[in-house]
Amino acid sequence: MSQHVVPVKTYVAIFLALLCLTALTTGVAFINLGAMNTVVALVIAVTKMLLVILIFMHVKYSSRLTKIVIVAAFFWLGLLLTFTLTDVFTRHWTPSPSGWGPSISAPAPREK
Amino acid sequence: MPKWLRLPLLPEGMPVAEATAVTHGPGSSQHAAQHIAHQFVDADQQHEAGTLGMWVFLVTEIMFFGGLFAAYAIYRGLYLPAFEYGSRLLDIRLGTTNTAVLIASSLTMALAVHSAQTGKRKALIAFLLLTMVFGATFLGIKAYEYVHKWDDFLVPGLRFAPTETLPAGVTLPNLQLFFCFYFFMTALHGLHMIIGLGIMTVLVILSRRGRFSADYYAPIEISGLYWHFVDIVWIFLFPLLYLIGGRY
Repeated sequence: MSQHVVPVKTYVAIFLALLCLTALTTGVAFINLGAMNTVVALVIAVTKMLLVILIFMHVKYSSRLTKIVIVAAFFWLGLLLTFTLTDVFTRHWTPSPSGWGPSISAPAPREK
Repeated sequence: MPKWLRLPLLPEGMPVAEATAVTHGPGSSQHAAQHIAHQFVDADQQHEAGTLGMWVFLVTEIMFFGGLFAAYAIYRGLYLPAFEYGSRLLDIRLGTTNTAVLIASSLTMALAVHSAQTGKRKALIAFLLLTMVFGATFLGIKAYEYVHKWDDFLVPGLRFAPTETLPAGVTLPNLQLFFCFYFFMTALHGLHMIIGLGIMTVLVILSRRGRFSADYYAPIEISGLYWHFVDIVWIFLFPLLYLIGGRY
């Protein structure tokens, strides 16, 4: 079978990179960056995910069809998150029509 | 073992194997052809179909966990002080340790696939067992954390009465909601780990029986995809639950 065999060295390198990123994300949690804390944590998590998907899960060496299916999955996940969150967090932008009862909306941004 | 149970696990037992060996004629070795079901042209196409099928399943899993992540994001936005306070009540040392343990299990799983690809049976079994050890360690630490949450009166519905005074802006129901998310998401993840350990057990048994070779290791590779996926879920749960509440 002509499947791509990833060298052990690559796996170990990715493993070490994942450990470093874990240490980094934990370390950053102890530094106050305001709203950037969440952004940094998510960027590191996405980086770790890409390393696992591309190398450990061999997607880098997979067929285009497999890649398209995976990209489509994340596109759909993006739709789910974007439209749900934009709905909830923009509800207070416009007043609720009277008589609709109390609305569920995000409180005003926190002060720091 | 009943025959219906054998079919999906032991494709070489299928009667079609002999037929394919004939159809494929010269070019495909007798040994490789044994493992090709009759609907596939060759081993590569079968492998490709298997991988794609597993990914389609993982896509459903992405959407499954994605709904939970969306719900978590919404309620975190609505009740930010409670979610940040709740996050700080989790043990960051245990969370970080567990992340490292799970990443290590992903490495050993990847090495198990590598051993299967290169036809090293003993290494394959060793790495599968090592993956199981790391997986079990993760679950052990998780269980230890759960027990502590029980001791600290932080289990929503059953035993919820935080002993410390809540900071301004944090209400008991909101904090309880955070722990509902914490327990539901980590328990669902834990359930996936337990299922993963079950799959590993089957793979170890089959490997010991010599079912896999450099020509046929699809079950190892596909189970690996599942294991790495569960790792990825934790890669997101860890910062969302333990870290972004702020530890400073």
